[in-house]
Amino acid sequence: MSPSDPLVKISNLNFTYDKRPILTGINMEIPRGKVVAIMGQSGCGKTTTLRLIGGQLKPTSGEVRVTGQAVHELDADRLYALRRRMGMLFQFGALFTDISVFDNVAFQMREHTDLSEEMIRDLVLLKLNAVGLRGAQNLMPSELSGGMARRVALARAIALDPLLMMYDEPFTGLDPISMGVIGQLIRKLNDALGGSSIIVTHDVQESLQIVDYIYFMSDGKVVAEGTPEQIRASDKAYVHQFVWGEIDGPVPFQYPAAPYREQIYGGAANA
Amino acid sequence: MLDSALSAVRGLGRRVTDRIWRLGFASRFFLMTLVYSGTSFRRFFLTIREIYFTGVLSLIIILVSGLFVGMVLGLQGYDTLQRYGSSEALGILVALSLVRELGPVVAALLFASRAGSAITAEIGLMKATEQLSAMEMMAINPIARVVAPRFWAGVISMPLLAALFSAMGIFGGYLVGVQLIGVDEGSFWSQMQASVDFREDIVNGVIKSAVFGVIVSWIAVFEGYDSEPTAEGVSSATTRTVVTSSLAILAADFILTAFMFRG
Repeated sequence: MSPSDPLVKISNLNFTYDKRPILTGINMEIPRGKVVAIMGQSGCGKTTTLRLIGGQLKPTSGEVRVTGQAVHELDADRLYALRRRMGMLFQFGALFTDISVFDNVAFQMREHTDLSEEMIRDLVLLKLNAVGLRGAQNLMPSELSGGMARRVALARAIALDPLLMMYDEPFTGLDPISMGVIGQLIRKLNDALGGSSIIVTHDVQESLQIVDYIYFMSDGKVVAEGTPEQIRASDKAYVHQFVWGEIDGPVPFQYPAAPYREQIYGGAANA
Repeated sequence: MLDSALSAVRGLGRRVTDRIWRLGFASRFFLMTLVYSGTSFRRFFLTIREIYFTGVLSLIIILVSGLFVGMVLGLQGYDTLQRYGSSEALGILVALSLVRELGPVVAALLFASRAGSAITAEIGLMKATEQLSAMEMMAINPIARVVAPRFWAGVISMPLLAALFSAMGIFGGYLVGVQLIGVDEGSFWSQMQASVDFREDIVNGVIKSAVFGVIVSWIAVFEGYDSEPTAEGVSSATTRTVVTSSLAILAADFILTAFMFRG
């Protein structure tokens, strides 16, 4: 495969869970060196897409190709070999709570490499320095704030210099400063590592500033895509509602219910 | 009428198939744990760490309970035996009750509630906080890295804890029988030595506790790994571990005893 081919190519991907369609006909491309966001409401299938890319779920039909290999066709050994070149930041960090910050970052190095402890120490400190937390190496995960935990998890995810970074809701539950820090780190690390990044998020303003391309998802389908400028200027009703945070629109404010008058007066008449 | 009868039968059928399906899933999980056990022995420090958490930290409850059970046996045994004028056989009674039955069974019940529940809760919480998922995404098999070391730690700890329980119990029986009540010390020990058979009694007791160790550890790791990744899910999985393993221990004890001590 040539260097101009996309790192990740998703073709006609369908995924069904308990007979309920979660994803239908997804097509996406993640070019090398780019940061791509997948946006949409909660429950629209964004995280499922990430799990399909990482091979934690198998597609019902269609395929995900990472570096040209169809992920669902790989056997366990080759899937694990591929995953060593992927990093994933989970929504709440998913740090190992029984070991220190240092050991969390060193975890993969100790599991997957034969590096000496001195070498691992240097690498861990470099990774922690990149996220600004070299001084926190001896803390336990329970002693970290939400933003710090997310940064440690980020340092852990880049421990083996992955080709592809995946971020699952990296901004959720963070204060504006931590949000800005994480956003800048995602961009800087992507450019430094020379890999590609996928951000699954519903935080529009933060991500529009750092990404190169955006896919909008709704109800398991890609409904819009484009560069940040194209998205900001989009006149599609759904994108407009999402980007500008309007209360009512294609996504209704009300959960489906019986008509208002019927429910109120109907109930009173029966009482 | 017919409808409600039908739905009752259907409900029963579904519950039975659910249980069988789950048992099958648990068996497959057990096999996977065995298949991926290499890491637990190649990097034995992982297992040693878990032995500390499951075994060493259970020592207090095991030792104290053993002491009290032995002291009660001393009191009750003396009370019964002296009616037949054979109170010097107290040593045999205490020792045989402990190494054959009470040691393995009570230690296993305590182990299930002390260590089994902790293992389930720990693995369940690791699942709920996506730590297991994170491990998978780091190309590290959570069954090899998290489940198998805990399983083997339980299997290794259980017979040792049961042996300590029995030893403490015998000491408790000695304290009450000999020191407090005044049974002859010489006959207490010598009759015990003469009547307790190594192969028949001690080895069978060790086999029992090893089997219980496998049962408790298997149930504990499976319930944790299979728990719903929510707060209620983890708490009900922890309860299930204690209930299921207690019942399984008692049932397995009956079967093992039937085979071992047929006279």
